[in-house]
Amino acid sequence: MSSVAHDASIFVPPAEVEEVELYHPKTFVGKYIWSQDAKIIAVQYAITAIGIGLVALVLSWLMRLQLGFPDRFSFINPSNYLQFVTMHGMIMVIYLLTALFLGGFGNYLIPLMVGARDMVFPYVNMVSYWVYLFAVLLLTASFFVTGGPTGAGWTLYPPQAISQGTPGASLGIILMLVSLCFFIIGFTMGGLNYVVTVLQARTRGMTLMRLPLTVWGIFMATVLALLAFPALFVSAIMMILDLTLGTSFFMPALVSMGHQSEHTGGNPLLFQHLFWFFGHPEVYIVALPAFGIVSDLLSVHARKNIFGYRMMVWAIVAIGALSFLVWAHHMYVSGMNPYFGFFFATTTLIIAVPTAIKVYNWVLTLWRGNIHLTVPMLFAIGFIFTFINGGLTGLFLGNATVSVPLSDTMFVVAHFHMVMAVAPILVVFGAIYHWYPKITGRMLNDSLGKFHFWVTFLGTYAIYYPMHYLGMLGVPRRYYAIGGTDFIPASAHSLNEGITIAALIVGAVQLVFLYNLISSYFKGKPSGSNPWNATTLEWQTPHTPPRHGNFGPTLPLVYRWAYDYSVPGADQDFIPQNVPPRELTRTSNKT
Amino acid sequence: MSMFHQLMVKPWVPAEGIVENLGDRDTSSRAARKLALRVFLAVVAVLFTLLVIAYAGRMAYEDWRPAPQLRLLWANTFVLILSSVAMQWAQHSVRRGQMDAMRVGLLAAGAFTVVFLFGQVLAWRQLSAMAYFEMTNPAIAFFYLITGLHGLHLVGGLVAWGRTVARVWGDFDAAKIRHSVELCTLYWHFLLGVWVVLFGLLFSGNNLDVLLKLCGIR
Repeated sequence: MSSVAHDASIFVPPAEVEEVELYHPKTFVGKYIWSQDAKIIAVQYAITAIGIGLVALVLSWLMRLQLGFPDRFSFINPSNYLQFVTMHGMIMVIYLLTALFLGGFGNYLIPLMVGARDMVFPYVNMVSYWVYLFAVLLLTASFFVTGGPTGAGWTLYPPQAISQGTPGASLGIILMLVSLCFFIIGFTMGGLNYVVTVLQARTRGMTLMRLPLTVWGIFMATVLALLAFPALFVSAIMMILDLTLGTSFFMPALVSMGHQSEHTGGNPLLFQHLFWFFGHPEVYIVALPAFGIVSDLLSVHARKNIFGYRMMVWAIVAIGALSFLVWAHHMYVSGMNPYFGFFFATTTLIIAVPTAIKVYNWVLTLWRGNIHLTVPMLFAIGFIFTFINGGLTGLFLGNATVSVPLSDTMFVVAHFHMVMAVAPILVVFGAIYHWYPKITGRMLNDSLGKFHFWVTFLGTYAIYYPMHYLGMLGVPRRYYAIGGTDFIPASAHSLNEGITIAALIVGAVQLVFLYNLISSYFKGKPSGSNPWNATTLEWQTPHTPPRHGNFGPTLPLVYRWAYDYSVPGADQDFIPQNVPPRELTRTSNKT
Repeated sequence: MSMFHQLMVKPWVPAEGIVENLGDRDTSSRAARKLALRVFLAVVAVLFTLLVIAYAGRMAYEDWRPAPQLRLLWANTFVLILSSVAMQWAQHSVRRGQMDAMRVGLLAAGAFTVVFLFGQVLAWRQLSAMAYFEMTNPAIAFFYLITGLHGLHLVGGLVAWGRTVARVWGDFDAAKIRHSVELCTLYWHFLLGVWVVLFGLLFSGNNLDVLLKLCGIR
C-alpha cells in the first residue's frame, strides 16, 4: 500500500474499467422474464424462494397439528408426517434460506454495493436462476408422484432413504436427489458470479476492507457453498446409482421385510460423512450472510460505525475456514472413534470464539449509539437475542458427552431452529424492511411491520423455549406419536398444544407481512433514494429503483469505508462512501 | 498488495486505503473469465478430492475387493497427455502469432481428447465383459463413477474447445482467440492433472492402499 497524503484522494482517476456490454432488452419478457439484470434476477430468486418457503411453512403447521393434537386429524398418517418433516427441512434450509440469501440478496446487493454495473457474467446469472427454478419445480413435482415425496428426514440417510417401507423410497427420493443436483449446478453458476464480481468488478477505491460487511458475509458464504456443495452433489449421485443401478456405495447387505437386498457391503457412514461435510458449512452458508447484513442494519440504524470492523471481517473468514472442520459433531451417535469425538468437540467449541467476537461487536456497536427503533433495527436486535440463545444451547450439543443423551430429542430441534432458522429469518425480514425502499421506491407500512416483528419474535420464543424443556425430558424428535412412555409426564402434552397454537399464530402473521409487501408496492409512502441516510453505494444511485446498469453514466468512486456515521465535525451524521474529502470540507466550511 | 496486507488495512483511518488498487488490479472481462475458471477448477478439485477420500474410506473396510487392472488405461493416459501437449503447443503458437500452428495444435488436442474418451468407453466395456464384473463391488462402481465424472468434465471442455475452434477460421480477433486458447489450455492441464492423480492412486494398482499403509491409516 502506498502512503499517500490524505488530499491525494481528490485526484482519484475514474476507473479504467471496460464498459460492460450490458444487454438492454426492449420487451417485457426480455426485461422481466429472461432478464440478465442482477436486480431482476434477485427478485425472481426471492419470489420463488418465498413461494416454496410458504409451502414449507404450511408443512410445519401440519406437523405441529399432529404433535399438538394427535389422532385428531385423519389426513395426517405416519407416512405423511415423515414426508412433512423431510420436505419442511430441506425446503427451508436449501430452497428458501440458501437461495434467498445468496440468489436474492447476493444478486441485488453485490453489484450495487461494490459499485459495479451488473454481475460479471449476466447471462450465466440468468441461467442460474432458471436452473434453480427447475430444481424447485422438480422438488414440487415429488408431491404429486406415486408414493409422494421422500420421508427420509432432511438428512436423507441411507439405507433408510432408499429402502422399501420409507415413504417416497422410489420416485420421491429420486426427484429429491435430482432436484438437489440441479440446485447445485444452478448455484455454482451464480456462485462463480458472486465471487468473481466481488473480487474483480469493484469500483475504484473500493478496497476489500472498504466493503460493507453484507458483501463480506455473502462472499464468504458463497465460497463455502462452492466448496461444500460438491460433497452433497457426489453423495446424491452415488445414492441415485445405489437406487437405480444397484451399486453398493452406501447400501449394506441387509434383510428388509424378509427379503435379502441385492446390495452387498456398502457403507452408510460414508454418506453421513459426505452429507455433513456439506451440511455443517451449510449452517454457515445461511448464517454468514445474516451476520453481514445484521452488522450493516445495526450500524445504519444506530448511526454508529460498526465496532471492530477488521475483527468482523476476520471472524467471518475464520468461521468460514473452521466450518469445514466440525462436521462430525452431527454424528456423535453414529459410532466413531472416541478421539474423533474429542477432536470434533474441540473444533466445535473453538468456532465459538470468532462467533462470540461478532456478538460482542454487535452489542458494542449498539452501546451509546443513537438507536432508532425502526422495523429493520427491531429485527436486527431480535436476531442478536435469538442467536445468543441458540448459540448457548450449541455449547451443550457441541460437547460429545452432553450431546449423546440429548441426541434425537426436541432439544436439538429447538437449538437448530433458534440458531439457524429463526435467527437468519429475522435478518431476512429486517433486510427486506431495510432494502424494500430501494427495490420498489416505496416504504413498507411501519405499524404492520412492528406488529409483524413483535408477534414473530415473541411467538418464536413461545414455540422454541418450551421445546428445549421437552427435549430435556427426553421427548424424541421425528416421532409421529409418542405413545405410552412413562418418562414423559402428561404436562408435556399441554406444552405441545401450546407450542402448536404459537406456531399457527406465528405462521399466520407472515400473511400480514405478505400483505404489507404487496399493498406497499402500490400504496406505500414514496421513500426517496436514501430513506435511512445510509452510506453504502446502493443508496447513492441516481434512480430509485436503480435502472439497469445501476449508476448512470459514470461509476462512483469510493473514498471511505462503509461506516462513516456520526463522524465528529461533519455536518451530517453520515458520509456516503462516494463523497470526496474535498466536498466534505466545503460543506463543513459552509455551515 | 498481498491479500494478507489488504486484510490488515485500517479502513477507518482516512489516509489509509485510499489509492491502493488503482493500477494493480486488472478489471478487464478477460481477467474476470480467468478468475472464474480458476474458482471453478477449485470446485472441481474439491469434487474429485472428496471422491478419492470416499474411495480411501471405503477401502479401509475388510471386505474391500480391488477392481481388476486395465492395461488400456495406460494407453488412454498417454493419449490424454498428448492432448495436453497439443493444447500447450496451440497456446505457445498463438502467443507468437503463428495462427496455422495454433489451428493444428487445437485440432490435434481435440482429436486426442476424443480418442481418450473413446478409450475410456472401451475400458468400461472391457471391465463389464470380465468375470470380475459385479456392480455391487464398490471398487468397480467407483471406477465407473469417477471415470464418468472425469469424462463429463472433458466433454464440457470440448464444448468450450468447439466454440474456440469455430472462431479461428476467417477473420477473428487474435487477442480474444489467444485468451480462449489460454483458458482451454489451463482447463486441459488441470483435467490431465486430475486424471494422473486418479489413475496413479486408484486405477494403476493398489497404490492408494500402499500410501495409506505408509501413513499408518490402514
